[in-house]
Amino acid sequence: MASDQVTLLDLWASPFGMRVRLALAEKGVKYEYSEQDLMNKGALLLQMNPVHKKIPVLVHNGKPVCESLIIVQYIDEVWKDKAPFLPSDPYQRAQSRFWADFVDKKIYDFGRKIWMEKGEDQEAAKKGFIDSLKLLEGELGDKPYFGGETIGYVDIALVPFYTWFYAYETIGNFSIEAECPKLIGYCKRCLKKETVSKSLEDPKKVYDFVVMLRKKYGIE
Amino acid sequence: MAKSDVKLIGAWASPFVMRPRIALNIKSVEYEFLEEILGSKSQLLLESNPVHKKIPVLIHGGKPICESLVIVEYIDEVWSPGPAILPSDPHDRALARFWAAYLDEKWFPAMRNIVTAKDEEARKALMDQVGEGLVLLEGAFSKCSKGKGFFGGDQIGYLDIAFGSFLGWLRALEKMNGVKLMDETKTPGLLKWADSFSSHPAVKDVFPETEKLVEFAKVLAKFKATLPK
Repeated sequence: MASDQVTLLDLWASPFGMRVRLALAEKGVKYEYSEQDLMNKGALLLQMNPVHKKIPVLVHNGKPVCESLIIVQYIDEVWKDKAPFLPSDPYQRAQSRFWADFVDKKIYDFGRKIWMEKGEDQEAAKKGFIDSLKLLEGELGDKPYFGGETIGYVDIALVPFYTWFYAYETIGNFSIEAECPKLIGYCKRCLKKETVSKSLEDPKKVYDFVVMLRKKYGIE
Repeated sequence: MAKSDVKLIGAWASPFVMRPRIALNIKSVEYEFLEEILGSKSQLLLESNPVHKKIPVLIHGGKPICESLVIVEYIDEVWSPGPAILPSDPHDRALARFWAAYLDEKWFPAMRNIVTAKDEEARKALMDQVGEGLVLLEGAFSKCSKGKGFFGGDQIGYLDIAFGSFLGWLRALEKMNGVKLMDETKTPGLLKWADSFSSHPAVKDVFPETEKLVEFAKVLAKFKATLPK
């Protein structure tokens, strides 16, 4: 596919964007990374994602694909000869889709409330967040990755959020590792892979970004 | 495959439950429908979907699959000699999944909240949102159908199922509020599609009657009023 034109419209700190970067890295796909200014959205972003006007957007040979997990599935289906993200058995595939959907429904929303809310609302979010991580630990079991011996769809959906854990812990004043050591061990194991370490951002930089966001939204 | 091998836990009025039912019908798969009662969750449901405790749940050979669109993809993959539900081209698949996600995350929550809107102004704002969404979906229909009768082309597919399962409630809402949200001027393609969809052989037996949903909406409102805040 030497003539493929692949561009990723993204924001460096976005865990959703990191999912796509990781997916492209796993498949060894060369692409152009285009950092977006979400305060001043560019014409290309508005043209490629008119419905949501959000990143990430993958533009493949001029055609856009939006929504991070939909993009990840698209990447898996187009570059299908290498590193499959989903198992071949339909039941296992359904389980992978279920748990990736679970990450979408729980981890981002609870995480966001941890850094945006205070008092009781923040406490409730911390509890929901930890409960969700514990369910994920249960699903991981003894496997090295959710995908088994190799990184798969659920790993790609989840592990970018690790870069936001330091921000959640510092702002929420709690230790995720104390409550979910197995999950943190898993995240660190993933980071040993080059595709993961080069696709994920530095948690300290992410924290600085969240501090900036909180100032901007007037949260203190 | 014996009928008892495939069970679906659901409820007649749920648009999410309708989705796997249509998918199973497309594949001509017989199944046992286990109806949940409003207000209580069966032991089987709690055991099969401990994470969300919600319907629908497909139980195939004793193994549960949860989340309506995950179930639809599963059905498409398992019963694969059989009319395809998802398109074959990866970009078309991504587009179908995109619009299904839009429906579930943006459009349907707005529609559902119309019933519990706190005042007339809030209700109008939500109805406008639903109406604007329908105009977007009219555009999606033009693009996906490529001149044919369904989002899936000649045959109903993933997006027809994802969107069509909300039509019963859309019609009930139109009736309860005395409005037309889908009309000939703004959404002519969708209006025609809605008729074709609701009368399709794989759909018509599981498509809820508008009157029954209007009655059920009253029952549901009473039930919700009894729940702790």
